Amino acid sequence: MTRLRLARILLAIGVAFFPACRGDQSQTDLTLAGSTSIQPFADKWAEVFMEKHPGLGVNVQGGGSSAGIQACKSGACQVGMSSRELKGDEKDLVEIVVARDGLAVIVHPSNPVRGAKLAEVKQIFSGDLRRWNYLGGPDRPITVVTREEGSGTRGAFQELVMGKTRIFRGAITEDSNGTVREIIAQDPYAVGFISLGLVNEQVRSLDLDGAAANEENILNGRYKLVRPFLFVSMGEPAGLAKEFVDFVLSAEGQALVKKEGLLPIK
Amino acid sequence: MAMKTKKRGKNRLERNDRLVRLALLVIAFSAVSVLLVITVFIVQQGTPIMFKYGLKSFLAGGNWYPSEKVFGLWPMIVGSLFVTAGALVIGVPFGLACAIVLTEFSSKNVRRVIKPIVELLAGIPSVVYGFMGVIILVPFIRQTFGGPGLSVLAASIVLGIMILPTIISISVDSLQAVPPSYREGSIALGATRWQTVKMVLFPAARSGIIASIILGMGRAIGETMATIMIAGNAAEIPRSLLAPVRTLTSNIALEMSYATGEHREALFATGVILFIIIMVLNTVANATSSRRRRQP
Repeated sequence: MTRLRLARILLAIGVAFFPACRGDQSQTDLTLAGSTSIQPFADKWAEVFMEKHPGLGVNVQGGGSSAGIQACKSGACQVGMSSRELKGDEKDLVEIVVARDGLAVIVHPSNPVRGAKLAEVKQIFSGDLRRWNYLGGPDRPITVVTREEGSGTRGAFQELVMGKTRIFRGAITEDSNGTVREIIAQDPYAVGFISLGLVNEQVRSLDLDGAAANEENILNGRYKLVRPFLFVSMGEPAGLAKEFVDFVLSAEGQALVKKEGLLPIK
Repeated sequence: MAMKTKKRGKNRLERNDRLVRLALLVIAFSAVSVLLVITVFIVQQGTPIMFKYGLKSFLAGGNWYPSEKVFGLWPMIVGSLFVTAGALVIGVPFGLACAIVLTEFSSKNVRRVIKPIVELLAGIPSVVYGFMGVIILVPFIRQTFGGPGLSVLAASIVLGIMILPTIISISVDSLQAVPPSYREGSIALGATRWQTVKMVLFPAARSGIIASIILGMGRAIGETMATIMIAGNAAEIPRSLLAPVRTLTSNIALEMSYATGEHREALFATGVILFIIIMVLNTVANATSSRRRRQP
């Protein structure tokens, strides 16, 4: 009797710890891994793709751009997702731009500063420009908020704005777009950068080099802070991976992207 | 026949006893072996990179740019020590005052109510402390003293509150463990309540109180979630109490999710340094509390 109960408890624990074994969707035919910035959109694509192809399982995992690229190289996943450009020894992978994302430099809504030159943004983040009055704002120190090392968003900002210059070490460091936005929504003198699709009414994006951060300016090339969202694979994608990539690039896939706040490729 | 059954019964009991003992032994050692595995794993993952880039540049370097292969942990080591010291400055006076009031200046009924409440503080998850800090304390500091609010000061205050239960409950226990004859003798000699506390009870309970402070310090230095949320995490030695700061624990948790290759190893190395600091603290704590046991 007791033994039976024990067995039941063990079984319950086993089931609780291995949720994958429970459902009927244990089968995975295609695995994507990488950037957590792309992950929510990839989830959407996968969802619609699986609706259209019943019986197929598409598994989307996070882990970050670098981890996704590594996983793709080692064969742990068929398609890697990267929110930064490939560099160095990663260049032997095939890359496909699946969407684009703007980066917004954001401030508190009450901040009188409306815009800045890219060079000034660079000086703010390198720690050379410390007070708002240089930009026509109040005579208060600038609270600089950045992302942690390794984040794809920080990587893109580094590449697009900073170049070889370091983001100064006194900058407040947060580990997600959401916390950066939260801090800037609270602090009237803070500045930071997040994905354009995540800007909401709590914060305001700065005009850069005279161009407002919106889709129109990105498409006509006046707003410069744009990063590609990449799918990468070893060699040209084949089989199911190709079908999935084709779906993502199709009008329907791109429309999904647009609905979720990203920019389509064309 | 009857004898035989009885004997067999006894044998079975003995066998069961041995089995239970063996099972308990295995379970007990699995706990110890987990510690061993963790230690070996962290050291194995973390030490090679320290020697590759030189122990000195790793420990004393002021710049932390893992993507450029620049690994200097000095700001985080100093940051951890600053925040911990700040937590003690806030937590120790309040904690000791509370412990003295509870043992000497309050009735048994008050103590019976207050002490469990204080101990309940220890059960609040650290993310809740962090959240309260972000919502209430950080804006308050920003509006009152200026700066970003996310600061050494904010982290010290929140950690100071978090270590209160440790300091209070262990101090209360060690003050109560002082033999009543000490207290009675002192009062009989004409000392006031406060003089008794200051000159008799405190010295007698000293090692227990020190142990409580060291354990509180261990909690403060190991705290991660609350620190990440309220300290600002700038990898720079803070120039003032209002400047942001990054601790060793935040450094690991903040960057762990995306770190690969040498960056990942450097985070393990951060763990090794933290491990060493905590081991030293625990050893000191054990040494002081065992001294207490020797002198009753």
